[in-house]
Amino acid sequence: MFVSVNDMMKPVIKGLAGLGLTKMVLAAAVLAAAVVPASAGERVFGLGKLATPEEVKGWDIDVRPDGLGAPIGAGNAIDGEEVYADRCAHCHGDFGEGVDRWPILAGGHDSLDSEDPVKTIGSYWPYASTAYDYIYRAMPFGEAQSLTYDETYMIVAYLLYMNDVIEDDFVLSNENIGSIEMPNRDNFFMPDPRPDAQLASGEPCMSNCNVSTEIIGRARIIDVTPEDDG
Amino acid sequence: MSTTKNELIKGKEQSVSADETVSISRRKVLGGAVLAAGSLAAPSLAKATESNPDNLPPNVSEWTPYLGEGVDVNPYGSPSEHEAHVIRRSVEWLTASPESSVNFTPLQDLDGIVTPNGLCFERHHGGVPEVIPQDYRLMINGLVDHELIFTLDDLKRFPQVNRFHFLECAANGGMEWRGAQLNGCQYTFGMVHNVQYSGVRLSDICREVGVKPSAKWVLAEGGDSAGMNRSIPIEKILDDCMIAYSMNGEALRPEQGYPARLVVPGWEGNMWVKWIRRLEFGDMPYMAREETSKYTDLMEDGKARMFTWVMDAKSCVTSPSPEKPMMHKGQNLLKGLAWSGRGKITRVDVSLDGGVNWQTAELHDPVLDKSLTRFTLPFQWNGEELKVQSRAMDETGYVQPTIQALQKERGVNSIYHNNAIATWLVKSNGEVENVRLG
Repeated sequence: MFVSVNDMMKPVIKGLAGLGLTKMVLAAAVLAAAVVPASAGERVFGLGKLATPEEVKGWDIDVRPDGLGAPIGAGNAIDGEEVYADRCAHCHGDFGEGVDRWPILAGGHDSLDSEDPVKTIGSYWPYASTAYDYIYRAMPFGEAQSLTYDETYMIVAYLLYMNDVIEDDFVLSNENIGSIEMPNRDNFFMPDPRPDAQLASGEPCMSNCNVSTEIIGRARIIDVTPEDDG
Repeated sequence: MSTTKNELIKGKEQSVSADETVSISRRKVLGGAVLAAGSLAAPSLAKATESNPDNLPPNVSEWTPYLGEGVDVNPYGSPSEHEAHVIRRSVEWLTASPESSVNFTPLQDLDGIVTPNGLCFERHHGGVPEVIPQDYRLMINGLVDHELIFTLDDLKRFPQVNRFHFLECAANGGMEWRGAQLNGCQYTFGMVHNVQYSGVRLSDICREVGVKPSAKWVLAEGGDSAGMNRSIPIEKILDDCMIAYSMNGEALRPEQGYPARLVVPGWEGNMWVKWIRRLEFGDMPYMAREETSKYTDLMEDGKARMFTWVMDAKSCVTSPSPEKPMMHKGQNLLKGLAWSGRGKITRVDVSLDGGVNWQTAELHDPVLDKSLTRFTLPFQWNGEELKVQSRAMDETGYVQPTIQALQKERGVNSIYHNNAIATWLVKSNGEVENVRLG
C-alpha cells in the first residue's frame, strides 16, 4: 500500500512536463517540501499541505457530548436572557415558543408519545453540547459564527433554564457542559433495528392476496398540494 | 411556466374524451370492436394546447423550410421551451424560510436512471454558499498522523472513481405517514436524485492522512451558513464514501455542494455534507443537532431510534401518477423507479388492483448498487378504475413494506424513513390521485 517518495513523485513530475523548466523546478520543490512528514507514518500521494495549529483552531469548532472541543468561556441564564432577547427571540419567541414555523425551543415535556409530539431542547435533545455546537456554528440564522464563546454559553444556559434543566444562576462553561444531564437522554436507542416490517415468509404474495383495497384517505380532499400558478 | 397543472388536467380530460369519442364512433362503425385508441391519440400532454394541424402530414411542418438557430446561440444549452413544466417544485408551507427548505425532483417527467443536474432536488439548511473554488479548502484533523489541508486541485490529483448513486432525503414521503396528503409523485417521492459522481475515495484520503487506530468516527462539516455536521462511522468512510467534485460529468452544481461534497452511498441524504470543508477523526460520535434533534425516528412509545442511516428499498410508479394522468385507452406503458440503500434492486412487482394481484415489471440496464433502477410494465387500459402500486425487492431479500406494516412497527410520528408502498387511484376519466387504502 505504501510507496516511496520517489515512486509517488513520478506521475506528478510527468504531469508537470508541459510547464517551463523554471516553473517545473519550483513546483517540484514545493511538492517535495509538502511531502515531508511531520510525524511517524509516510504519506502515500504527497498531496495537500500540513495544517498549522492556528488553521485547525479556526475551523475546529465542534463540541462533543463529553465537552471535548468546548472553547474556554462561561455564562449564566440571567445574562443569557438579554442576549437571547436580542439575538434569538425574533424567530424563536421570548419564551422559546417559536414564531411562525421557526422551531419551538422550550416546553413539550411528556408530549413525545402523544398525537402531537413537541420536540424541544428540553423535551427531546439528549445532550447539552449539541445546543452549544449548533448555536455557535449556525445561529443566529444568517449570522453564523458571529456569537462570542461567552454569549453562546449564556444563550445555552438560558435555553437550559427555560427547559428546567439548570437554575438561572448556574454558570455554564467549558468545564461543565459535558456533564449536564438532559431529561430525555435515555430515550434514544441504537443500533438501528431495521430491517423491520418484513414478511414472515420472506416471499411476497403474487395473486389473490388478502389485502383491503378500500380507499380510506384521499390527498385531493385534504387539498394541501401546491397548485402551479403558471 | 407555460403550462399549469390545471391546464394539464384539462388537457387530459379533453384527450380522454377525444379518445372516448373516437372509440364510440369506431364501435358504431365497426360493430363494437375494441380498437387500440393509441394510434388515434391526441398530441402529447405538454403540447396539447399548442398543436397546429397544419404541421401534420401530409403538410410540411412549419419548422422544416427555414434554417434554425446556429451553434453557440445558447452556449451551455437548456431544455426545449416546451419542457418548461419540468422543474423542481417546493411546498411552501413545509418550512419557515426558503434558505432552510427543500424542493422536489420531477420524477414523473424523467426516463432512465440519470437525474439531470438542474432537476436534482435541493435541501439546504442555510442557503447555497458562493464558494470560490480557488479558496476552497478541505481540512482533515483529529486522530490522524498528518493533519492536512487540501485544495480542490489536490483532490483532483488523487486517483478518481466514477459511480452512480441515489441520494434520498430521509424525510422523503414524511408527509404521508398518517395518510395520503400530497397529490403528486413529485411531492411524495421527489426528495431523491441519481447522478454519476466523480471524485476521490475517502479510503485514499484516509491513507494519505494516516488514520490512527483509535479513530472510530468521522465528523463531516460543511462550509455553509448552517455548518452542517454529521458523524459517520469509520467503517462506512473506508467502505465506499467519497469526496465528489463532479456530477454527471460536470462540476457539482452550487446547490449540490460546489465545489466538493461528501457521498455516502445508500445512506440518508443529510449525511452527504455539501460544500464540505472539514473531516475530523475521533473516538466517539459528535451528536450534532442533525443526528439528535433531527434525523432520529420517534416511535409510538416516545422513544426514538438514533443513527438510522440506511435508506431501505423503495419504489414508486412515476407514470401514471397524479401529474401523469392516463391519456389513452388501449396500449399503455407504466414507468417507475426503484432503489435500495442495501444494494441492488432484484425485482419490482406492480399491482393494478390495490395489491390483490401482482405482476413482475421489467428492470432496465444498468441495474447498479445503491442506484435508482428503472422499471417498466406495458399494460392495457380501457377506462376501468385502477389502484396502482409497486413493490421493490433488493439483493438482501428485503421487500418494500406496506404503510400498515410500517405503522405497526413505528407508529406515525417518526417523520423519517417512510419507504412504504403508495397507491395511485386511476379514475375512469384518466385522472390519477394519491390515495390511502386500508
